Amino acid sequence: MTAAYHLATAGRQVILLERGDAPGSKNVTGGRIYVDPIKDYLPGLIAEAPFERHVVKEIITVLDDDASVQLEYANDGWRSEPYMSYTVLRATFDSWLAEKVSEKGAFVIPKKKVDDLLWEEDRVVGIKAGDEEIGAHIVIAADGALSFMAEKAGLRKPLEPRNYAVAIKEIYRLDEKTIDDRFGLQPGEGAANLFVGAITRGMFGGGFLYTNRDTLSLGIVVGIDDLSRQKNPVAASQLMEEFSARPEVQRWIRGGELKEYAAHIISEAGAGGIPKLYTGGMLIAGDAAGFSLNLGLTVRGMEFAVASGAIAAGVTNEALTKGDLSATFLSRYEQQLKESFVLSDMETFRHTRDVLENKRLFTVYPKFLSELLVALFTIGPGKKEPLYASAKAAARKYILNWEGCKDMLSMRKM
Amino acid sequence: MKVEEKIALDAIKNDRESHIKLDQKICGTCPERMCIPVCPGHLYSLNEETGDMVVEYAGCLECGSCKIACIYKSIDWDYPADGYGVQYRYG
Repeated sequence: MTAAYHLATAGRQVILLERGDAPGSKNVTGGRIYVDPIKDYLPGLIAEAPFERHVVKEIITVLDDDASVQLEYANDGWRSEPYMSYTVLRATFDSWLAEKVSEKGAFVIPKKKVDDLLWEEDRVVGIKAGDEEIGAHIVIAADGALSFMAEKAGLRKPLEPRNYAVAIKEIYRLDEKTIDDRFGLQPGEGAANLFVGAITRGMFGGGFLYTNRDTLSLGIVVGIDDLSRQKNPVAASQLMEEFSARPEVQRWIRGGELKEYAAHIISEAGAGGIPKLYTGGMLIAGDAAGFSLNLGLTVRGMEFAVASGAIAAGVTNEALTKGDLSATFLSRYEQQLKESFVLSDMETFRHTRDVLENKRLFTVYPKFLSELLVALFTIGPGKKEPLYASAKAAARKYILNWEGCKDMLSMRKM
Repeated sequence: MKVEEKIALDAIKNDRESHIKLDQKICGTCPERMCIPVCPGHLYSLNEETGDMVVEYAGCLECGSCKIACIYKSIDWDYPADGYGVQYRYG
């Protein structure tokens, strides 16, 4: 949509095809968007965007089977403008952005699923939707993480289980005031809560919770490969159900009415999962191009989508002016992405995935924290061990070993 | 709450024809049946009588996890036709 917005602004004839009833109706986000990276790519629009709440508080919850540790980080600097990040719902945000795109003169056509590409020799010259053929000088495929168009164009290989995670998200309705009080927020302020540990039963992944204006987005993310290879398979939906039943989650969602149950896949491959980004007459952007980055504490995707859309529009506009729609000319797209934060950040954090894939993060470390704290807090009937001895015992059991040493060393890749 | 009840809250308009087709020959020899735990809607199951894999396409959330998980390529999966499938009201 950002690409359509810029091209329409430049006076180009743009058709935006959307397979849902309206833009956003097939999209799912966790929910948060960082605005600093994108404000220049959506000039003047961010200030009026229908975001939910600006995030002033980050909560991290580490869970053992029956215990948990919670860390809350609040920063007064985040309470005043310009805000760093906002919680967001895609149905609202996308329909607003689609309005802006239409105002610029682009044709937004819903209920139009693109089935195939039209080719002239080695160049894409349009799309096929059902029986209809629509010609185009350039096709920008922003068809999401599954991007069938990128596959049909021969730009990427079939998707592999180890590169993807499945996310399930539930929306709970709660009134605004209850959310403010429960999370200790002023009106308009929001909180983000990440969860890691026992909830994924040792599998790659974690949980998240974001406060929206009058709803909560609660979800769980689990690696598809890990889910597939379980010895005693537990369904993803069951993990979600168990997660939402945890007291650490119930304290937030209690009394909330479930309104929606959504699912989406996320690329976890980082820079290693990026396909070829262009061919003659075609560019791919956003999730379709594998632009998502999991840094453990922050997970990003929508900023890359907005920026890559804007950059794709810029290159398309140049190509149309020059009348050169060749792959050689369109390779500028990749070059410009490298000069922007999109491919630069993806590259900087290329090896973060190796660290986050370590299963000990989801098993050993939560257990260690939990056992350390229970040893320090417990007062039993007999003599109490010196605190240092208790701490040492817990550390020896879990982390003061060769594996722990390797984990420390691997952190350098972050 | 059961997952079927959760999906019932979603706005889904179902086509008469399934957008997910399984190759029972492949499914019949599959040792893992990874589609069962992976699907967030828990829509896959094994029919014990016929031995066939069954998918309740009507509750599909269109994430595509099953297609990725099925390394034996039994799942022929496309988006539902125009105007059909899930319409997220929050997303």
